[in-house]
Formats: sequence, C-alpha cells, structure tokens
Amino acid sequence: MSTVEPNSFRAGPDPEGHFGIFGGRYVAETLMPLILDLEKAYYEAKEDPEFKAELEHLNTHYSGRPSPLYFAEGLTKHLGGAKIYFKRDELNHTGSHKINNCLGQILLARKMGKTRIIAETGAGQHGVATATVAAKFGYPCVVYMGETDVERQSPNVFRMKLLGAEIVPVTSGAGTLKDAMNEALRDWVTNVEDTYYIIGTAAGPHPYPELVRDFQSVIGNEVRGQIMEAEGRLPDMLIAAVGGGSNAIGLFHPFLDEKDIQIVGVEAGGHGLDGDEHCASISAGKPGVLHGNRTFLLQDDDGQILEGHSISAGLDYPGIGPEHSWLKEAGRVDYVPIMDTEALEAFQLLCKVEGIIPALEPSHALAEVMKRAPKMGKDQIIVMNLCGRGDKDVFTVGKALGFEL
Amino acid sequence: MKNSRIDTRFGELKKEGRPALVTFVMGGDPDPETSLEILKGLPAAGADLIEIGMPFSDPMADGPAIQLAGQRALKAGQDMIKTLQMVREFRTGDNETPIVLMGYYNPIYIYGNERFLDDAKEAGIDGLIIVDLPPEADDELCKPAMAHGIHFIRLATPTTDDARLPRVLDNTSGFVYYVSITGITGAAAPDPAKVAASVSRIKQSTDLPVAVGFGVTNAEQAQTIGETADAVVVGSALVNAVAGSLTESGKGGPKTSEAVSALVRDLASGVRAAKRKSAA
Repeated sequence: MSTVEPNSFRAGPDPEGHFGIFGGRYVAETLMPLILDLEKAYYEAKEDPEFKAELEHLNTHYSGRPSPLYFAEGLTKHLGGAKIYFKRDELNHTGSHKINNCLGQILLARKMGKTRIIAETGAGQHGVATATVAAKFGYPCVVYMGETDVERQSPNVFRMKLLGAEIVPVTSGAGTLKDAMNEALRDWVTNVEDTYYIIGTAAGPHPYPELVRDFQSVIGNEVRGQIMEAEGRLPDMLIAAVGGGSNAIGLFHPFLDEKDIQIVGVEAGGHGLDGDEHCASISAGKPGVLHGNRTFLLQDDDGQILEGHSISAGLDYPGIGPEHSWLKEAGRVDYVPIMDTEALEAFQLLCKVEGIIPALEPSHALAEVMKRAPKMGKDQIIVMNLCGRGDKDVFTVGKALGFEL
Repeated sequence: MKNSRIDTRFGELKKEGRPALVTFVMGGDPDPETSLEILKGLPAAGADLIEIGMPFSDPMADGPAIQLAGQRALKAGQDMIKTLQMVREFRTGDNETPIVLMGYYNPIYIYGNERFLDDAKEAGIDGLIIVDLPPEADDELCKPAMAHGIHFIRLATPTTDDARLPRVLDNTSGFVYYVSITGITGAAAPDPAKVAASVSRIKQSTDLPVAVGFGVTNAEQAQTIGETADAVVVGSALVNAVAGSLTESGKGGPKTSEAVSALVRDLASGVRAAKRKSAA
C-alpha cells in the first residue's frame, strides 16, 4: 500500500491516532470525551519525571525488572545455527509481560482520579496482572472473561479471585476474548464517571495502542543494552508471538529503525489457514473496524467478525493491534502463522533442552525460531521474547498430548 | 437537505404540535419475511419515523435485548444486501415514512462506503446513525453521506459537555439523538427531569429536532419524555416484543408482527397524549 518508505517507523501514531490507515478512535460518543481525557492525561504523564520514576521503581522492586536476556546455549546447539537469546519476561511478577502495561495504566488511573478498575481477559494473564495491580493500589476490580475461557483457564480464575477481583463470565457471542472485550466496553460506557478500563493489548481506540506500546517498550529498550553487553552488537533478528500484539510491539518498537534487523511476528495458525480454525488476523484477515480501531480482522464478506481458534487462549483474538497492521503494510515486519501442532512441539522441546516450561503463546514464536535458526550462520543472533511461563498451560498441553492429569 | 422525508415529517408534526414516535426494529429479526411484515405494519400502528438496525456480530453499545435480536437476524441469514432489499420492498408501499439505518461501521466499511451510500440512497434510506463513528471520523462516512443526500444523525450523550457539543452538532442533520443515560440500550429508564434539562441545553445550540432514547418502554414514559423532546425513540421494548412472540423453536410466528404493532399503538397513544398536554 505504502510505496514511499517513511523516514522513521517509530513516528506513529499521528495526532488522530492513526498508523497509516490503521488505528483511530471508533467509539460511541459516551466514551469519546473520556478517551480524549485519557490521551491528555497520558501525554502529561509521559513528560512527568515523577510518573516515570514511580513506574521505574515499581518495575524494579515489584515486578523484578530488568528481566534477564538469556543465551539459550542448549537450544542453540540443538538447532545448530544462529545464537538464540531469550528475553525472559516470563520471570516477571505474575508470570508474563502483562504486568508492564498494568503498572503503567494503574498509575494513569490514579492520576485521573478513577476509583474502579475493569479489564477483559482471554487466557487470564492480563486479568491476573490487572487484579494484581488493583490489589496493590487498593481499587475494586472487575474482570470480564468469556464463559468458555473461564472453564478452560480455571487456575487463573482462582488467582484473580484470591487477588480480590470479581470475575464476570461473559455468555454473549461465543464467550471468548472478543466478547469479553465487548462486555468490558459496555461496563465502561455505563460507569464512565468513576471507571478506568485497563486494556490488555496494544489495540483499542487511540491512545491505547500507543500507551500500551510505550509501557511494553521497556522490553526492547532493555534488550538493546543487554545484547550490547553480551555481544557488543545488535541482533540480526527479533521474533515474538502476536495475538493482540503487545509483547511483540514492546520488543520490536525500539528496533524498528534499525534497518538491518529482520523482525518477525508469529500469529496463531491453529489447525491451518485453509479452514476457519485459526487466529491469523494478518495472514488471513482483512482491514475492518472493531473495538475502537481499524486493523486486520478475521471477518466474513458481510463484515461480521469471526471467532478465532488457537490452542493458546492468549492468541485467540480475531484482530491485532493497529501498529502491527501498519508495519505489515509498510513491509517492515514479516508476519507468519504457526500451527497448534508446531507450537506444541516447540513447547516440549524447550522443556527438554533448556529446562524452561514456556507459555503456549511464546511457544509459537519458538516454533518459528526452530524453522529459522538452522538456516542462519553461527555468528548470527536471534532474540526471541519469552513473554510468559507455561504453568497455566500444562492442563491444555496434557490434554492435547493425551496425558491424564 | 432537499426533499428530505425526515425534515418533511418533523415539519408536519410541528404543525400538529406533538412529538414523533421513532421505532427501532432489527433488520431481519427474527427472519427476513417476518421482519418485512413487522416493518410494513409500523406506520399504520403509529410510528412516525423508523430506525432499522443493521445486525452486527459485536454490538458494543447494546444491551442484551438488541444483542439477541442481532444474533437472531444473523442466524436467519440477514446481511447488508438483505437489509437494503427490505427497505426497497417497504418503499413500494410507503414513500413518506422516513427510514434511518442504525448500527456499527464495519459492515458498511466492508460493503464499501461509496457503494453503500449509492445503494442506500437508491433503496430509499433517509439517514444513518452509526454508533462507533464520532465526529472525529467525519471524513469517513458522515460527509460522503451528506453529499449523497443522506442525513448523518449524531448521538449526544450525558458526557457530551458544552465544550464538545458544537463539535457533535457540526455536520449533523435530520435530528439529534440524545442518549438519555450513560449506558447500553435497554438499560434503566431515564430521569425525566434530567432529560428535560439536557434537551433544553441541546436546543440552545441547534434548531434541529431532538429525539430522546434509551430506556423508554411504555406509553406513560413516552408521554413524559415527549413533553420535552421532539421525538421519543423506542427500541429494546419492541425487540423484546418480537422475542416474546416467537414459537417454541424460536421462529417468527403469526403473532409476531401483531405483538410489535400492538406495542407501537400503545406508545403512539403516549406521544399523542403529550400533544394534548402541550396544546392545552
């Protein structure tokens, strides 16, 4: 679509929240004034040294940042090609990168004088991270979760309850992540005065894609310093899993203008792109408008949104953050699908050769690493975001492998 | 706007001195045939303007009643082509009652904005209410719709403050739809005193008729709201009437369109009573 290469891939969004034709603010009028307030509050916070210092303090002492950049020697030997490094965001408090965004947004909520927190969640990782920061800061918290997900992610449901959150199972639609997001938006429209909505991924109406990206960019910014220290140079390739795309944009964004670095986003290919049992919005969807932004969506010829499928509940969203859609159109990032079966193989391999149980989301990224690393030279470097740990997935994996738990 | 059915209708009602009854039904609910029958029955039952919902898989601003109506319609095979065709068929028997399509942007965007506006105009559609297109996105559909002679009707809400109101009213025509609560469709009934204050606030900034909706279910409420607003919008209650009349297998039955018409007649008596009171 865009034939002229922009001067910088890091300049977006424009003042109306657009990344090329993607992004924007497609919300009901009731929410519009609030979205504008949020934008104002965020831009003030961004320039406020105290806000920044408080977030850094929380990242260090509450979440445990910086997360290590780990040279996966065993996997590197096993694959026999490029050197593989993992950004270990699965070691954060709450077990995934989701906490990075939640800490930033809870500070924004407090700054805006809001007194009630809501969130949507699919696998439950964002719900747990939201319930965690709400508990720490003393806010009541309501988490919307599709009924189907409540059943298949029961350990996370219990975690959220322990943390004091109220879980509302969503029965509308098919009862998965997109329906949970619809229901959270309905709550927000109803309780607009006192409620802050912590969106879990780099999607939704402007300024969410921008602010979530900025809070997650701590990942890529740390990688830059860490890889320079370890290798004295930047990596050749970055790989991350993409559902809504927050961990991926957090890793990618600081490196978008390093033209020599190849960047790969991995979508959930489910049972394959031939049928409709997948969640590859970019590889198999087309641009449309949902949940406040224009982006690639899985949809039918009438513009009705389809239910995605992935073995990983965290990738089970029929859309993707708008900046990813733009990076795809601009040709800066390659997006590829990985099937359920490939992710399962990768999951098992990492357990065996590195002693790390990864979440199913980064297992998709890992499967792509397994395809690419052997074809690369031994002096080349891949950094993959290991964005979540797999404790939550052992039941799912057990079931898929026919193991009685 | 030239030859506008909406402007004409509000002009007539102003002379009559009573508010309009605006009825919302979901296109294709519970099935295409019954939906057309319901539509055809509305003017005779007392509907002054008709809003037809374009079903969408993800109706983020709607409560359970309208969500379910959309799901019934989609399940019965409704799509944009059928919604437009339904209006064409209605127009063969009624060329006066204004018709406004209401819904979400994506099905229009996928149909193609220009193609949609051409087809909508030709089918006899007078206005659009697109929930997720705020004034910030006017270049996308609002301005092209005006160029096609189709009104773009904006929602004003309790969160639309005085600073923002002019922006909301800009490029709005036909009427202004005041959403009387912060919430989803079909939620709690509005507080009449607050509604009256808000309507007069909006009227200070525009000469357009102000319609009030969200939470109106019966003749008495229609009358109360109609005493301050230029139009009363009823949606969830009508959609519930459809739901309540379905056969055991969930299909439209012989009583479906009559159930809707009966409620519309009752609501119409409410807006006509509002006339008597304001005329007295």
